[in-house]
Amino acid sequence: MTSRRILNSLGMLFAGVVLVSPAILFFLWMLSLSLKFEVDNAAYPPILIPERFAWKNYTGVFEANRFGLFFLNSLIVTGAATGLALLIGVPAGYGIARMRATKAAIVVLIARMTPGLSYLIPLFLLFQWLGLMGTLVPQIIAHLVITVPIVIWIMIGYFETTPLELEEAAVIDGANRWDVFRYVALPIAKPGITVAFILAVIFSWNNFVFGVVLAGRETRTLPVAVYNMLSFEQLSWGPLAAAALIVTLPVLVLTVIAQRQIVAGLTAGAVKGG
Amino acid sequence: MATIVEQQPGEIKEAAPVQGARPRSSYWPFVVPAVAVVGSVIVFPWVFTVWMSLHEWTVGGARRFAGLSNYARLVSDERFLTSVIHTFIYTFLAVVLPLILGTLAALVFNSRLPLRGILRGLFIMPMMATPVAIALVWTMMFHPQLGVLNYLLSLIGIGPQAWVFNPSTVIPSLVLVETWQWTPLVMLIVLGGLAAIPSEPYESAAIDGASAVQRFRYITLPMIAPFLMVAVIIRTIDALKSFDIIYAITQGGPGTASETINLYLYSVAFAYYDVGYGSAIAVVFFAIVIALSLLMLHLRQRTKWTDVQGGA
Repeated sequence: MTSRRILNSLGMLFAGVVLVSPAILFFLWMLSLSLKFEVDNAAYPPILIPERFAWKNYTGVFEANRFGLFFLNSLIVTGAATGLALLIGVPAGYGIARMRATKAAIVVLIARMTPGLSYLIPLFLLFQWLGLMGTLVPQIIAHLVITVPIVIWIMIGYFETTPLELEEAAVIDGANRWDVFRYVALPIAKPGITVAFILAVIFSWNNFVFGVVLAGRETRTLPVAVYNMLSFEQLSWGPLAAAALIVTLPVLVLTVIAQRQIVAGLTAGAVKGG
Repeated sequence: MATIVEQQPGEIKEAAPVQGARPRSSYWPFVVPAVAVVGSVIVFPWVFTVWMSLHEWTVGGARRFAGLSNYARLVSDERFLTSVIHTFIYTFLAVVLPLILGTLAALVFNSRLPLRGILRGLFIMPMMATPVAIALVWTMMFHPQLGVLNYLLSLIGIGPQAWVFNPSTVIPSLVLVETWQWTPLVMLIVLGGLAAIPSEPYESAAIDGASAVQRFRYITLPMIAPFLMVAVIIRTIDALKSFDIIYAITQGGPGTASETINLYLYSVAFAYYDVGYGSAIAVVFFAIVIALSLLMLHLRQRTKWTDVQGGA
């Protein structure tokens, strides 16, 4: 019986490894491409682990392609869009949950269904008219289209499940609405806010389509910068793979650290940006 | 059952004495900033897009009211009609494949799997990774001469493929990337459904001597049907809207062989700067997404209903 159970779980482990192998092999291959010299990247049969490592692929990305600047741009856009979304979306989620205004949630749902590009024509014209092109402001505002619905959606769900008794006790003790929110509801909602924060950061960081339309030479975010490298350096795979890894590494690290929150957030709201 | 109903938070709130002291409208100040932002960056663009679609308008050029002529133009625009067909083929494949693979993966992750946490963390990495970065690496892997995929095929005796460089294989190749990326989301949704199934039906099925296939067909599948429907709806919306991967790998090419509505919309609006016509495409595209979503939400209610019937 016990040996059969061990065999069973070994079988399941094998199935599990088979399932994750496309992901693991892909990222290993990405790492391998990024660390090889052009000679090794053009070799046939392909080489997985090279004899010498081309660390210059990584330094070159920052020196020749100004990835420092683009990294900073990404940080500012994602940081501002996520910060603003939390500032606006957490109270809104609270208000909607307490008013039980389920119809308001439908707007959020439709926003999620709308193709990102269809926001871009009016926003593009508006930013041009306002003379904001060439700054990071258009991208920050456009990213709100992704981050605000994510935050509101997750916070509605979270505040709906938090108990009302504490809030009511605070009201009886004479606290006003704002105090109740600030000192009672908000501390309880911290795990929900963490989930909303992580998902907003990831989907904003990954966003490509807003940048490709709204970013100029100096205001590119990382996804746009790495795409632009493709058109100019089509044949040098090493630097390209290194750049791609730099772009996505922060998100992958966050995924590993915050797996629990991400799974909770995605299965509760099943949201995706863009 | 009665106790569960009584414990719903709404019921308690109705009965609470403070309800009178805190009318629902008193929560408006919390919502006002969000209403302003959602109104200006989400609702305003919707309305403005519809208005623009009624005009002949190129960036830098004059704007002229054109009624429904942009929409009339769509009907006879062969490139648009082809892009609609491409979108439907792409969406169908990019829903069905992740659905099947994701369900299988959920069954594995729902069992007593050693190292489950670590394996699940690795499994969801593709969907969290930056799509453009992923797309670049896939482009290298698809390379007919130097790509690793053709090498892997040669190991099992299959000749080299042109992947995204051949009009007849480009859409399936892109779907391969999309499936690789989004199977984990289906897995997570179905896993949520599997976790909610009680063990009693399986126990009585075991007593009745039901086989594993029968247990899956007659217990698991009906129980997770509503979750599968949610996965189908979400996948459909996302596949219809897919942009990053297609744009980064093929830009709709070769020729227009992988040009979906979204890609065509991008070209019209931001390569030709024909914002009037682009807006008309955006409106029709939006209508297609909403119509398909509503259709499936309707079907979802039907599945729930038949579930109750089947269970009774």
